[in-house]
Amino acid sequence: MAETRTKAETGWRAGILSRLRQEIGALEGAAESRHCLAFGAKALDAHLPDGGLRLGALHEFSGGPAGLFPDEGGARPATKNFAGGAGEIAAATLFVAAILARLEGPVLWCLSARDLFAPSLAAAGLDPERVIYAETWHARDVPVAMEEGLKHAGLAAVVGETGRLGLTASRRLQLAAEASGVTALALSRPFRRGAEGGEPNAAMTRWRITPLPSSAPALSLPVLSLPAVSGLAGVSASPVAGIGRGSWRVELLRCRGADPALFVTEAADAAGHLGVSALLPRGEAAPDRARSAA
Amino acid sequence: MFLPFFPAERLRRIARDLPPERPLALTARIGSQRLVVALDLCARRQGVYPGMPASRAQAMLPGLLLKESMPQAEARALERLAFWCARYSPLVAAEPPDGLVLDISGCAHLFGGEEKLLADLLARLARMGLTARAALAGSLGAAHALARYGESRAALVPADVPLAERLAPLPVAALRLAEERGEALRRLGFETIGDLLEAPRAPLSRRFGREVLERLDQALGRAAEPFVPLAHSERIETKLSFLEPVAAAEALSGAVERLCEELCGLLAARQEGARRLDLLLARLDRSTAFLSVRLARPSRKPAHMARLLIERLGELDCGLGVENARLLASATAPLRPDQIASSLAGRQEEPDLSELVDRLSSRLGGAHIFRTAPVESDFPERAVRRVPAMARARAMARAGTRPKEWPRPARLLAHPEPVEVTALLPDYPPAFFIWKGRRHRVRRADGPERIFGEWWREASEIALVRDYFQVEDEAGARFWLFRQAGSGGLARWYLHGFFG
Repeated sequence: MAETRTKAETGWRAGILSRLRQEIGALEGAAESRHCLAFGAKALDAHLPDGGLRLGALHEFSGGPAGLFPDEGGARPATKNFAGGAGEIAAATLFVAAILARLEGPVLWCLSARDLFAPSLAAAGLDPERVIYAETWHARDVPVAMEEGLKHAGLAAVVGETGRLGLTASRRLQLAAEASGVTALALSRPFRRGAEGGEPNAAMTRWRITPLPSSAPALSLPVLSLPAVSGLAGVSASPVAGIGRGSWRVELLRCRGADPALFVTEAADAAGHLGVSALLPRGEAAPDRARSAA
Repeated sequence: MFLPFFPAERLRRIARDLPPERPLALTARIGSQRLVVALDLCARRQGVYPGMPASRAQAMLPGLLLKESMPQAEARALERLAFWCARYSPLVAAEPPDGLVLDISGCAHLFGGEEKLLADLLARLARMGLTARAALAGSLGAAHALARYGESRAALVPADVPLAERLAPLPVAALRLAEERGEALRRLGFETIGDLLEAPRAPLSRRFGREVLERLDQALGRAAEPFVPLAHSERIETKLSFLEPVAAAEALSGAVERLCEELCGLLAARQEGARRLDLLLARLDRSTAFLSVRLARPSRKPAHMARLLIERLGELDCGLGVENARLLASATAPLRPDQIASSLAGRQEEPDLSELVDRLSSRLGGAHIFRTAPVESDFPERAVRRVPAMARARAMARAGTRPKEWPRPARLLAHPEPVEVTALLPDYPPAFFIWKGRRHRVRRADGPERIFGEWWREASEIALVRDYFQVEDEAGARFWLFRQAGSGGLARWYLHGFFG
């Protein structure tokens, strides 16, 4: 008898405790739906406070010129192109597509530029059938369409190719995402030079994804390497190596509850998974530049 | 009902500047001649008849107004008139060129009897300026004959009078026979329907085929005759009249919400959903402000409809105020009540996105909300087609194979940009390329992927060949370049896209 009473008592206490925890959690604005999407790349997931990308929140992704900075052992060339250009945002586009690929449900993709090539999203694992596009005339209308989409709980995520996302706009999107649980992914494409990064906004995390020189593929170009082909006997191999899986420089510029960090990963595969890079995961070292940009 | 002068009188109704005292005739070019095809009472009285050459009519009556006949517009007008007749009966049909048929079974008592109904109908038509002859009989054939060949303008055959008695004195032409058949009957001495009725049936049938007897039986009500009424869809609409003219946006929004609720009640009763909504606001100055909204899927959710309409109320100019508001479901589709999915079934329903699509469409325009569907074309510019957002893309399977063969860039330039290229050998991928004034050294490359012009789409593409290369520069950026033979056999290089 006494034993059952203590059991009931502890159960009751545990109930109170969990209720209190929930209340506190709700006060903190996180609600109980603290769902996360792990990247599947250990270094990345371990660094993020929730063990992955928080769902039902706003995340911002930007691009930039390829390569490593000189202080990272690279020679990142100065570019005349601004960060919103088609070439600069391509890696971030696939990064976002890879995140979407691992979510379930329909996706709204709001765009204002006409350069997205839809079939390529399938290569990052995003089924084209899941995507509904909303095209606006101007980048400034994209957040409006995004907010409309974020009110619809049936969506898995809303992607928006925004210009620079200001504080008010990002806060509205963040609140809408929290209310409905739909994840908001902003592809930041400042369409003016010198407007990249900088300004603070309310996004839960801010990322910059740029390409890096890839490592050698398993096989080089097979086309001209057949000595048996008569007339081509002198040409034993292509002058350049073939292309393998790409590498990305994934920079976490800002994250609530975690330091800025820099990761090197392999590009997303057909299932939307980032490869853990054969290069070097340097999650700990937070470059000063990134912090100042956050 | 017979409208002997409908085409001419229609014209007079539209063109009010025609002098009413002058006779009017409509002409049409038949073969090489211009013939009178329709005329009005005044012209008829002065001896013009249909089929008369226009020049002769003109010579005979110098004051005659001649106008071109417009058969299609006339048919449409007749149909509109038939719809107007729906005030008497739901079953109406137009009988071009000059007849209307109403099935008034069970409707006459609403107008105080058949006589009163006929009188009312003719009076209203007369007010419209239309000369009409009407007959009411137990069979369509009899009514047709009496309206056209009877003596009275409003013939009524009570149910207890045998039809044969009333039809007997009419000419055989009243039987709706082909012209040459009526001619043949007349040559054999059959002047009236009565003559036909007295003749033995078997020889008649042998001599003239079945048509004569069939028409006769139909007129006498012995044989049934199909009657196809105009597809007459009942309008689903709700109306709200204001005590005082309203112009404030809040008041209108409230009204729209109420209208939507009522409309959804009507729709629910019919198990239908609206595809298109029209909101008509009658302004004080008798003009109408008009708003129409299309829905991606049939819907009868009042909140959804109201939100779509209210969002666009700002576009409307209410003028001095609105007297009443009408909401019409001008296009509907069947919509069964929803089955609530059981959680036991464990099957996740596809979330319904139609409301989102509607809201975005009303903001951005329907064409800007879309899905993409693959097109079987190697040309990247053609590989994607837009389909409506709510259309389920079907043929995805085929397209799934391609990206595995050759990668496609994440971003594609709408117009390939020329680049300067140095390649070691013509068939090699480039060693360097210069784009926008910057030199990229190619560290890795893949290709070529050869794409041929699609001559079946455009003749100019017969000779078109593109070799696509995926290249990576020393910084790691990946580009999609292609080489295309230009004029003079010289290969030109272009940048077409960016990989991530």
